[in-house]
Amino acid sequence: MGAGHGHRLHYHGHSPVHRAPAHLKIVALVAFMLTVVATPREWYPVFAGYLAILLAVVAASGVPFGYLAKRMVVEVPFVLFALLVPFIAHGPTAEVLGLTVSEPGLLAAWGLLAKGTLGVLASLTLAATTEPVAILAGLRRLRMPDLVVQIMGFMIRYLDVVTAELGRMLVGMRSRGCDPRSPRHWPALARSLGALFIRSYERGERVHLAMLSRGYTGVLPDLAQPAHTHQPHQQGGH
Amino acid sequence: MHVPDGFLDAPTSLGTGVVAAVGVAVALRGARKELDDRTAPMAGLVATFVFAGQMMNFPVGAGTSGHLLGGALAAVLVGPWTAVLCISVVLLVQALFMADGGITALGTNVTLMALVGVAVGWLVFVGARAVLPKRLSSIAPAAAIGALVSVPAAAVVFTLLFAVGGTAPIAFGTVLAAMLTWHLAIGVGEAVITGLVVASVTAVRPDLVYGARPVLERRELEIRAGRPVGTPNPEAGA
Repeated sequence: MGAGHGHRLHYHGHSPVHRAPAHLKIVALVAFMLTVVATPREWYPVFAGYLAILLAVVAASGVPFGYLAKRMVVEVPFVLFALLVPFIAHGPTAEVLGLTVSEPGLLAAWGLLAKGTLGVLASLTLAATTEPVAILAGLRRLRMPDLVVQIMGFMIRYLDVVTAELGRMLVGMRSRGCDPRSPRHWPALARSLGALFIRSYERGERVHLAMLSRGYTGVLPDLAQPAHTHQPHQQGGH
Repeated sequence: MHVPDGFLDAPTSLGTGVVAAVGVAVALRGARKELDDRTAPMAGLVATFVFAGQMMNFPVGAGTSGHLLGGALAAVLVGPWTAVLCISVVLLVQALFMADGGITALGTNVTLMALVGVAVGWLVFVGARAVLPKRLSSIAPAAAIGALVSVPAAAVVFTLLFAVGGTAPIAFGTVLAAMLTWHLAIGVGEAVITGLVVASVTAVRPDLVYGARPVLERRELEIRAGRPVGTPNPEAGA
């Protein structure tokens, strides 16, 4: 069972932010980000206000800023693009630090960076303060179709199993002199991925049989319940 | 790779969100036909496989790298409806748990990668399968062609969305040219890996490949004349 341990982004804690119901946190995140995206990018002080709100939430959650900062690297490719925008955008040009850049492009780059960064920080805060099972229960309360929540639950449950399996295959490839990144070794990589698909598919079949033998009727029991308490119809896994 | 928050304006993000929700709702109905009550565990494990496959980066050129999107691959392996669900759930998990792709851009990402990527990949695959000889060995090349077209197709749809609701003043032609060159390179990598993975799965477990079913149904059971029981095998021993 994968339900006992948190995912890689979760930061264990007991702050009010951690304890807040997950469905409220998801709604708050979506509403907050929609507001941010809809805000005209010339309203500079408003963005400072958004950042202050976010930082206050992070401070209240007790998650160290360094912990979130390290995980903000997912944004890097996008930052590179945003930095490119002033050079490829059209419109009147301006001189900044000896470089000729497009003025509307500069403004657009600021908007992209500000909104994108706020989005990454807000999403990271949700992920760091909310257990995966709580997010699933929250999505279910928000009337996300049950089948989607179930698929997501299985994905989260077996994420570490399957990625660790891929990791072992890659270690095996490297120890035999294969570089999985190099196109020369793609045939070997593709056979590994093919094997990974067959193993994942067959694992799914075994999980399904295990679930049927425990009385699965197409509906999962409440995922927010701790997995190790004794209940009838508890789902099993491999 | 994923569209972050603030890249497209709020109305466009909401619009693609509606498109994505409708698309996923239709896929939920279709997937039940492909997988019956096994949908939840099977799609969950396949989503995990797609996620693991997306972790494999390959060099595209100029020091940058792309990664597998997996839309065409999933469609050929498990069927288009299940593939839409799998890719959507992967994007949902990445947005909620890994801050990869903005939460307000989720609809955009699902529309581009799960709906356009899978639909184009699957339709091109079906077209190529109809043209190529009706043999099991045609499945992998057909899948590769589907993958090759699906990536630039998603890029073109993104460019159209950017023209409608983009937040940076860049000429339509510039965006289209940049996106197409970039994604053609990624598409080639996607095509090679998709073709090789499908080839390796069809070689071992052709019964698992959804796209190979029409070809498999045409194969007749062959009963070859064997040697009588009890006689020594001339090929055995050494």
